[in-house]
Amino acid sequence: MSRNPYVRPISKTTWYLRNGRFRIYALREVTCLLVGFYSFLSIFALRALWQGADSWNAFLASQQSTPMVLFHAFALVYFFIYQTVGWFQLAPKAMPLMMGEKKVAASTIVLGHYLVWALVSLFLLWFVGVI
Amino acid sequence: MSTRQLELEILRYDPEKDEEPYFQNYSVPCQDDWAILDAVNYVKENLDTTLAYRWSCHMMVCGSCGMMINGDPKLTCKTFVRDLPDKVRIEPLENFPIERDLVVVLDDVIEKLHRVKPYIIRKDPAPENEEFNQPRSALMKFKQYTMCINCMCCYSACPQYGLNPEFIGPAALALAHRYNIDSRDQGKSERLDILADHDGVWDCSFVGACSEVCPKSVDPAAALQQMKVDGAMEWWKRKMGFPGGDS
Repeated sequence: MSRNPYVRPISKTTWYLRNGRFRIYALREVTCLLVGFYSFLSIFALRALWQGADSWNAFLASQQSTPMVLFHAFALVYFFIYQTVGWFQLAPKAMPLMMGEKKVAASTIVLGHYLVWALVSLFLLWFVGVI
Repeated sequence: MSTRQLELEILRYDPEKDEEPYFQNYSVPCQDDWAILDAVNYVKENLDTTLAYRWSCHMMVCGSCGMMINGDPKLTCKTFVRDLPDKVRIEPLENFPIERDLVVVLDDVIEKLHRVKPYIIRKDPAPENEEFNQPRSALMKFKQYTMCINCMCCYSACPQYGLNPEFIGPAALALAHRYNIDSRDQGKSERLDILADHDGVWDCSFVGACSEVCPKSVDPAAALQQMKVDGAMEWWKRKMGFPGGDS
């Protein structure tokens, strides 16, 4: 009897469409495009600020157009919330805590992160005068 | 006990005859309490004695009956017929070459399991003629990583391993982590060169599929993320001229 193992081909370009798990992962990775966009936006904002009041006000006005508001709303939901949920879920995996002989439950660590997130958000909203 | 007719679509491959694998259908009268392994055994015993597959314990201990069940890597002894639709597709574990039918070639993973030095390494001499005591809290840190039965479902679920077979992969890296965080071990820096290399932990992009499919809740994805933190810390320690932390 001879050996002749068969190697199943894997598509280098469409592998992430194979199942739901991979598709969710791909959607997470695609958020890097938004990271890139917001990096450029920050650079444009700094340039506008450096150029003076008129330029800065024009930049602010450009961000308040309906398409841009819709885009920022989409980015908030897709990028920030999706990434936050993802990274908070990762936290207990990357940094497990021991209390004596027992591991702290993953849900407790995740809840702690949400609590800190809420407190920091409230502080920032207070700091900029929204609340 | 009632029976239900299940249509099994099983991938077949005879290395002496076939150019490539093909699906063959079998109709199996399954009892409600059967695992899918019982259905495959029924095929072997009653319908087609040429079918090749691995199994041994039928109780989630030996780790040899892993297969793709409707596209998901699972232990067939732990996957029950009552939880499946009437049509079930059974394939050999993905990301591995097919030896014959549902049997895959595991040589690559066996070599990787050896490569990560999965044993206690000591620099100071270990206690002689007495037990090497370890507090329970130290045991609890790594116990979950000792539960791996090498079923290789995690490798089959990992797209990074599928795309780059040089990647050491989830089970072997989780095993290395098990020893790295064992309070009796002093071999962390010795393993670092293997684990933090190009094909080590940094090839993992945290898809997380390995942990989702693990039938023993080992959570290899957690081990890999912890190793990334450890690896980065060790790299900085070396860069700054501090001694490595082995214990």
